[in-house]
Amino acid sequence: MTSTFATALRVARQLRHDPRTIVLLLGVPALLMTILRFVYVHQHAAFERAGPALMVVFPLITMFLVSSVALLRERTTGTLERLMTTPLSRLALLGGYGLTFTMLAVLQAGLVTALSLGALGLSLAGSTALVVILAAAVALLGLGLGLLASAFARTEFQVVQFMPATILPQLLLCGLLVPRARMGAVLHAVSDVLPMSYAIDGVHHLISEPGVNGAALDDVGVVLAFALGAILLGALTLRRRTD
Amino acid sequence: MLHGLTFELAGGRIAGLIGPSGGGKTTLMRVIVGVQRGVSGEIRVLGEIAGAPSLRSRIGYGTQGQSAYEDLTVRENLEYFAAIVGAPAEQVAEVIEQVDLADAAGQLARSLSGGQRSRLSLAAVLLGRPELLVLDEPTIGLDPMLRERLWGIFRDLADGGTTLLVSSHVMEEAARCDDVLLVREGQVLAHGTPAELTSRTATSDLEQAFLRLVQEQQ
Repeated sequence: MTSTFATALRVARQLRHDPRTIVLLLGVPALLMTILRFVYVHQHAAFERAGPALMVVFPLITMFLVSSVALLRERTTGTLERLMTTPLSRLALLGGYGLTFTMLAVLQAGLVTALSLGALGLSLAGSTALVVILAAAVALLGLGLGLLASAFARTEFQVVQFMPATILPQLLLCGLLVPRARMGAVLHAVSDVLPMSYAIDGVHHLISEPGVNGAALDDVGVVLAFALGAILLGALTLRRRTD
Repeated sequence: MLHGLTFELAGGRIAGLIGPSGGGKTTLMRVIVGVQRGVSGEIRVLGEIAGAPSLRSRIGYGTQGQSAYEDLTVRENLEYFAAIVGAPAEQVAEVIEQVDLADAAGQLARSLSGGQRSRLSLAAVLLGRPELLVLDEPTIGLDPMLRERLWGIFRDLADGGTTLLVSSHVMEEAARCDDVLLVREGQVLAHGTPAELTSRTATSDLEQAFLRLVQEQQ
């Protein structure tokens, strides 16, 4: 546990030395949401549907990018090799990353949610806290996918290319563009095994159904299960013994 | 890559792993610290099988890459490594003092000079006071003054009872070791004190001794 917190602190300190990244992480989603509000200036109903969905897309993309690059650096600069000769366990290492990145995601989602529900005039039937929790679950998913991507990339150029490869198909199929029920059988079946489909399902429940509802909670659970699966699979790629 | 190796390291001494680049020094060190894949045969380190989890707090491994987090300060790097090896927090200040980095303690690792970097690397390995230090080319690319200083630190550590295995491709450094393992093409050519190696080969220095041993082998 101590090493998990030590790692979380270390990752947080690394971020603190990089204020530009923090400003971008927190500011860009707010800016994009504001743009979306004005894109739909004459179609508020469309903003009511797309806005909340975007809230859970941001943490996926930003956490994927941050964690894939951070973990690739661990692998390529020799720090991972060094860590693997210490008593630090791989899960403690990933737990540390998870802790700091989730807190960052909560901060990001909290800011965007506050702005959207406040100044941008978005309304949400469901629980605001649950939107933030869903965003945090998606952030963990981004961490897991980023970790996996870092195992298959040699350079930072390569690793960022995994973003469109792993995330855009999910965004096309998750029900953001066309409701999943209206997709063909094959695409629908594919979307059933992609985690973001459940994140967007959850958002749709939160848009239309009041309070903390069970269906949205189930979706949070599914996203969390996918996230933990990706993180555990990724942990296997952090090998103590390498060539 | 490596085959038929048998050797023992004595406690409280500096053993030098000396030989040309690409000769298997790094691989051998990685085998000893238990991060090398594809090892057959048995290597025992401090009485346990190499790579055993219990060894991880007893061995300090300094990689060739001088690995530190570029975006953390010297002190922050060491505080992290101290926490994960379970060293008390006050040891951070001790090792900073020991490698003479007090002036740079608040500096980001990325802004350090080559010599400061290698001392940061060494400081990180010293945390937790491991019994065995495995240091891969710790003096590579350093000026003579700094090299002298690092060897001074190594000697102090050995005098304090720590066992050191230090690799180098510079023959001149072999003379500073208590025991020398000459390694070439994955084999240990010879093992002994510098004096033994020169007298056995009837040469005047270790460079000549190494060349003689290579000739004999061929």
